[in-house]
Amino acid sequence: MSLTNDYIKQRLVEKFGEALTNFEESFGVLSFAAPAALNLKVMQFLYDDEELQFRFLTDLTAVHYPHQVDAELAVVYHLYNFREKVRLRFKVFVPVAAPQVFTATKLFESANWMERESYDFFGVDFVGHPNLKRILNVDEMTYFPMRKEFPLEDQSRIDKDDEMFGR
Amino acid sequence: MSEQQHIHLPQGSVEKQTTTLNLGPTHPATHGVFQNILEIDGERVMSAESTVGYIHRAFEKIAERRPYYQITPLTDRLNYCSSPINNMGWHLTVEKLLGIQTPKRVDYLRVIIMELARITDHLICNGVVGVDTGAFTGFLYLMQFRELAYEIYEEVCGSRLTTNIGRIGGFERNFTPVAFQKIEKFLAEYPKALKEFETLMTRNRIFVDRTTGVGAISAERAMNYGFTGPNLRAAGVDYDVRVAHPYSSYEDFDFTIPVGSTGDCYDRYLVRNAEMWQSLSIIRQAMDKLKGLPEDVYHADVPAYYLPEKQDVYNKMEALIYHFKIIMGESDILPGELYNAVEGANGELGFYLISDGGRSPYRLHFRRPCFIYYQAYPELVKGAMLSDAIICLSSLNLIAGELDA
Repeated sequence: MSLTNDYIKQRLVEKFGEALTNFEESFGVLSFAAPAALNLKVMQFLYDDEELQFRFLTDLTAVHYPHQVDAELAVVYHLYNFREKVRLRFKVFVPVAAPQVFTATKLFESANWMERESYDFFGVDFVGHPNLKRILNVDEMTYFPMRKEFPLEDQSRIDKDDEMFGR
Repeated sequence: MSEQQHIHLPQGSVEKQTTTLNLGPTHPATHGVFQNILEIDGERVMSAESTVGYIHRAFEKIAERRPYYQITPLTDRLNYCSSPINNMGWHLTVEKLLGIQTPKRVDYLRVIIMELARITDHLICNGVVGVDTGAFTGFLYLMQFRELAYEIYEEVCGSRLTTNIGRIGGFERNFTPVAFQKIEKFLAEYPKALKEFETLMTRNRIFVDRTTGVGAISAERAMNYGFTGPNLRAAGVDYDVRVAHPYSSYEDFDFTIPVGSTGDCYDRYLVRNAEMWQSLSIIRQAMDKLKGLPEDVYHADVPAYYLPEKQDVYNKMEALIYHFKIIMGESDILPGELYNAVEGANGELGFYLISDGGRSPYRLHFRRPCFIYYQAYPELVKGAMLSDAIICLSSLNLIAGELDA
């Protein structure tokens, strides 16, 4: 039996009804958005279900969308089914003022450092994480550098007169 | 037997029964800049705490300001033992986003370079496992051939370690006859050295005793910890991106995925060795397949993304326009969101790319395999001897550049 994206979607809708939104398929991968309160339930369902069996957390990261009011931060999960070789992506949107998301470390050990990385760069607060502290940046850092409010210098700017390092 | 002697120490003189040992950040046995704070009881490791991030260079942030073709040099510096795979993984990701179809010859040339890179990565790792167990000779046998592989890269792209090889759409120039001669030379001579290396190591009593059962992990735990690549396969899971989601025409090749069973250092060593033989066979097949294809094709016909010949830039209006647009990063990029993975030398190297149609990615995330599986290190070495912890570290094939991004 091959697991199609339509079937996965149908199973998810049966289970969670209207809670899951924004179903779409891009480059052959099904993706959707889940409410922050449901992220663990969705993952547990995908993990436990006999047919779905998404038991490998390929990747976990975050994205900052400053223009989406009250949903500025997205935590992105990539799950994988080894048997059927199917990938799936879902996002959890949280406001930047209250970026609380439940940790996936109870389900996947691999989530530990990936969540620490997302905390380090985006400030996502993973509730229940065993060791939520900075991982790649220095501990003394007081901001979250991958957020869009810290732009890198525009390479095409011309107002800067710098004889030594001018461009 | 006399009765056991009890030594009565003054109250409070022994505060702690264990010793704290800083393994790294600049210890020669760590083969990279990362620190492990080991709590040891005698010579037995009670717990380990890893600190990473010493060479963090914020590539994901930098990538948000760079046009797509300028991100390739950033990927070089992830896993610098096999940078061509990273480069090509990035090209393949962008090509997937833009819907570029590369000709078969480009695919096969890429396969040759990627498999060479896999061999160079594995030979370093296995050589270093040998060095850490006290056998320096094998490392040197293999190292000569890394030099030859680097000469091949040099012939193709001009540089050796951080290669920046290829472009979006193909290669920057065609392979020279010398490059093919060197690949043939590699194919002819490397098997002898690898055979010699295997004769030296594989059934060597000391090596087997030092590595068997060290740093073992079950398939279930390995999957839970997000292991990929040879480390996962050594635990017995036959997951390989080249087979599961073929890219760059890997489906045309006939090869097997070596798997281990116990997931210990010895199995990891065996899997890497077996993979080198498979890679050699893939390169051989690719060389044979190339014979039937037109020899002057080395890039896809996508003038909007692939730099034109320099001669044409001076003489043709269109070529000049495209050249300008590409160099200034003004090529049209489609909006989209995708995750694309290639089988890196130490695991699944993924690129999660969000494009909003601008000149640079909106967000680019590298799924760096060793960052994810290194978390398992404390579990792997718990209760092991200190010297075993060192072998375990080198047999995981950690590359500091990739770990810290």
